[in-house]
Amino acid sequence: MRNELILAILALVILAAEIFTTAGNKHKIITWSAVLFAAATVAGFLPHPEGELFGGSYRTDQMTVVMKNILNLGVLIVFLQSFDWLQRKENHDKISEYFLLVITTLMGMDFMISSGDFLMMYIGLELATIPIAALAAFERFSSKSAEAGIKLILTSALSSGVLLFGLSFIYGTTGSIYYADIAPQVAVNPLQTLGFIFFTAGMAFKISLVPFHLWTADVYEGAPVNVTSYLSVISKGAASFTFLIILYKVFGELLAVWQPLLYTLALATMTIGNLFAMRQDNFKRFLAFSSIAQAGFILLGILQAGNLGSTSVVYFVLIYVFTNLAVFGVVSAVSHATGKENISDYKSFYLTNPRLSLTMLMGLFSLAGIPPVAGFFGKFFLFTSAASAGYYILVFIAVLNATISLYYYLKPVRAMFIDKTDTPIATFRTSLPTRISLVMCLAGIFLVGFMSIIYEFIHAASFGL
Amino acid sequence: MSFQYTILILLIPLACFLINGLVGMKFKPLLSGILGTAGLGIIWLLSLFTAYTYFFQVGQVNGEFQKIVVINAEWLRFTDKLHIDMGILLDPISVMMLVVITTVSFMVHLYSIGYMHGERGFQRFYAFLALFTFSMLGLVVATNIFQMYVFWELVGVSSFLLIGFYYDRPSAVAASKKAFIVTRFADLGFLIGILVLSYFTGTFDFIALTGSDQSIFASGAAASFMGLSALTWAALLIFMGGAGKSAMFPLHIWLPDAMEGPTPVSALIHAATMVVAGVFLVARMFPVFFFQAPAALELVAYVGGFTSLFAAIIACTQFDIKRVLAFSTLSQIGYMMLALGVSGYGGHEGLGYMAALFHLFTHAMFKALLFLGAGSVIHAVHSNVMQEMGGLRKYLPVTHLTFLIACLTIAGVPFLSGFFSKDEILVAAWQSNKFLFAVEFLVAGITAFYMFRLYFNIFWGKEKTYAHPPHESPLTMTIPLVLLALGSIFAGYLPFSELISSDYKPFETTLHLSVAIPSVLIGLAGIGLAMLFYRRESTLPDRIAASLGSFYKVVLNKFYIDELYLFVTRKIIFNYISRPIAWFDRHIVDGTMNGIGWVTETSSQKIKGLQSGRISQYGFVFAIAAVGLALVFIYFIN
Repeated sequence: MRNELILAILALVILAAEIFTTAGNKHKIITWSAVLFAAATVAGFLPHPEGELFGGSYRTDQMTVVMKNILNLGVLIVFLQSFDWLQRKENHDKISEYFLLVITTLMGMDFMISSGDFLMMYIGLELATIPIAALAAFERFSSKSAEAGIKLILTSALSSGVLLFGLSFIYGTTGSIYYADIAPQVAVNPLQTLGFIFFTAGMAFKISLVPFHLWTADVYEGAPVNVTSYLSVISKGAASFTFLIILYKVFGELLAVWQPLLYTLALATMTIGNLFAMRQDNFKRFLAFSSIAQAGFILLGILQAGNLGSTSVVYFVLIYVFTNLAVFGVVSAVSHATGKENISDYKSFYLTNPRLSLTMLMGLFSLAGIPPVAGFFGKFFLFTSAASAGYYILVFIAVLNATISLYYYLKPVRAMFIDKTDTPIATFRTSLPTRISLVMCLAGIFLVGFMSIIYEFIHAASFGL
Repeated sequence: MSFQYTILILLIPLACFLINGLVGMKFKPLLSGILGTAGLGIIWLLSLFTAYTYFFQVGQVNGEFQKIVVINAEWLRFTDKLHIDMGILLDPISVMMLVVITTVSFMVHLYSIGYMHGERGFQRFYAFLALFTFSMLGLVVATNIFQMYVFWELVGVSSFLLIGFYYDRPSAVAASKKAFIVTRFADLGFLIGILVLSYFTGTFDFIALTGSDQSIFASGAAASFMGLSALTWAALLIFMGGAGKSAMFPLHIWLPDAMEGPTPVSALIHAATMVVAGVFLVARMFPVFFFQAPAALELVAYVGGFTSLFAAIIACTQFDIKRVLAFSTLSQIGYMMLALGVSGYGGHEGLGYMAALFHLFTHAMFKALLFLGAGSVIHAVHSNVMQEMGGLRKYLPVTHLTFLIACLTIAGVPFLSGFFSKDEILVAAWQSNKFLFAVEFLVAGITAFYMFRLYFNIFWGKEKTYAHPPHESPLTMTIPLVLLALGSIFAGYLPFSELISSDYKPFETTLHLSVAIPSVLIGLAGIGLAMLFYRRESTLPDRIAASLGSFYKVVLNKFYIDELYLFVTRKIIFNYISRPIAWFDRHIVDGTMNGIGWVTETSSQKIKGLQSGRISQYGFVFAIAAVGLALVFIYFIN
């Protein structure tokens, strides 16, 4: 509970700060919020007790702590990357709003992960969704941003409805909302299958699995860059964690249903995500589809239904946080400095901004899974875990998809390093927080893959069916 | 006495490489040279200290030298028995090699400060030198054959980098590629040999392989393939790797071309250290060869003998002074291989083993000296060709004197180091194989002849007109010459048989006058002949060459071995193997890949419409998908 309490206190502190600071001092809130959040992140690594609260509605163990720490790290990086954007004049009166909204959604995600019954999980889910719609529409006067917000709230309302509908079947057949009570009563029968599939549809919406992904590209494109990176990394990671936990802990008996279901979704997600990503020129849309394809890979780990599966999923998300935020960090720096968000704008980027291009290069290599950067290890363990469960054909298709993804991940690389243009993005200096965030990402990209101790640590906390 | 500090002998050159390689360009060139040289100076002293403590204080227990494993960390584990370690093994031959490598490398580092002065890429040169030294040291202290292989390849890479140091010269690039490809080809054999050996014995470890327990070889000795036992095959393949690095016939073709590298590199790599790696390898695996694969050992002897004669004959006709030295190196390594090949095991029987390593040691000194001396000459006249030299003794007194000492040493003049080691080899050959003895005896004469042909052509003969008057080299170059000359004179007085022997037990050797006197005489005859021909300008050599006619031409062109290789690769392999494969690759493999690309591209185009941006459609797809999946799963799973 410590993490949630700290976040709640942090939210209240920021609210108070907003009330008591004068208009001239608002920008100080940015630094203070980031510093306080950094402290909260560090605090997350302190030893944490395991156990249950509120009669089993809330539970925590080593794995949930690991998961929350991963999310905290990601949010810290996102905060650091938001400095430039928040310091703009038009955002001046909304600084604390941004931090409040992000921190409350993060709290919602933590509750989802630690939930012990479906009610807690649903409240967490909504807490993690509704404020995000506000975040997506953060730039009120940009029609695209407003469109993103409204699309997100409408579609997520539909998905929440379907999810609740599914849960009502589960409640109806088992008479309980507590995971511990439901798990033994789950069996393969039409009603529970129906409930489970509707529940999955709702979760698949959050993780943006095909065919429940249609909102992703439009929202990602319309929302401000930093919100997009938050959505594509943190929100997706949290939903994947929750889905993983609930599948393993509640629906273990429905293995016969969810293995073929996830198999189908994984196939569709990887393939469709890749096919769409190939055609994008807008960087944010490009990353949206790339993140859809990556979500397909995550399913490969969940499928294994054992310790290996949960380890590889958590490990992959950890790497994905660093990797995707490295790319987003550069995109956001460029977007804030020049307003350019298209891949074709990045021609000759290497000549003007070599360090940013190299960071981007490492991020893209890691996304594509080229050794020796961490992304390779992340994918490698996902594939091994799926192969260990006997899904050789799926692994083969996944490898094929990883190869196709190489094509589009190398497109920005070609633009930056090979294509020539007379009007490249001018040389600019990034701010200190952005640089810190990029160094963190690069460190993650290089270290997480090589330090087997991290994998071992996650494995020690892992769980299976 | 603990030898833990020997890890520094490996780490210091590695650090020098990293520093010079990564940040060297930020230094002044001289600083980077001094850094490298200082590092080498330290490990040189450490190696001497190690040798002293090992040989004279702690190495010998109960009349037998011990194999001391200083460090051995597991690196990769395949099975419980089979794992690759990285470590340091000290025994007489590895300690001796430490001394050889660090001595020559230190001299070369020091010498290069003067020789490479003002060259572009000075820091890069020092970085590569340090990398080479590190790899070579790692090779000799390897605790297992796989570690040796790893460093063996590193040595190959650093040699490639150094030969191609002048990468803007097409000939240097071609030579570096040739050296790399030829040795790499040989290493393929080495790797297969290692795999065969470890498959049957279940270990990579040298101590297990060369220990007294012969039971691990049982299965390998029993398995046979094409009439030879698996162990013989393994030994032959391992020797193939050794023959590639040591440039034994027919894999010798890369070494003469490798002279494109800077001269100090030739002295270090292509005279004293890397090219003797093959000899070291056979010596390291000697018990395996001797007990398990005598046929392979016999081949070693014949390959060595043939190469020594073959290279000596070619050396007589070459005009590029570095190429003469290169062929001389081939010939001398042939000697060492032969000595190993004819050696027995234990005590005086194992004289050949000791003689090979003894000669390796003395050869390192005088051949490095010859190369560095040649470098000093080249530095003075800016040419490699002996026709453009002559009468240099007045201008280069120190170089002249030291070069003369080296020539006398290699010619086997009594009381210089080469005399002792060569004598042991001849005795060993005499004991076991009279035919090979006769070959080596002849080679001794030819060696004296071509070395003095070189000497007289450079330092005597008619003085040529030089673009600017030659001058003696700076101190950083002459000091190593003098030191190595001292080494060449006195190295022979080390009681070698009491330090190195096939069974690690010291034994006594004496001078065999019945072999020594004739060999000295034939050496002197060679010198006399060379003096007659080349001391003064004379037409005699040309007339003899003319009378030999086509034979001379064949020798001058190195028996057309290079042309033979080109014929085989270009005409046969390229036309009949590579072209069909290329066609298959271009049309079938690429065609398939392009087909996949086309399908992906097209389908991506077709499904574009799904992402319409209309939210009502999104909701519709969502609902249909959820209901559809539910129906499908309820229907099929239940």
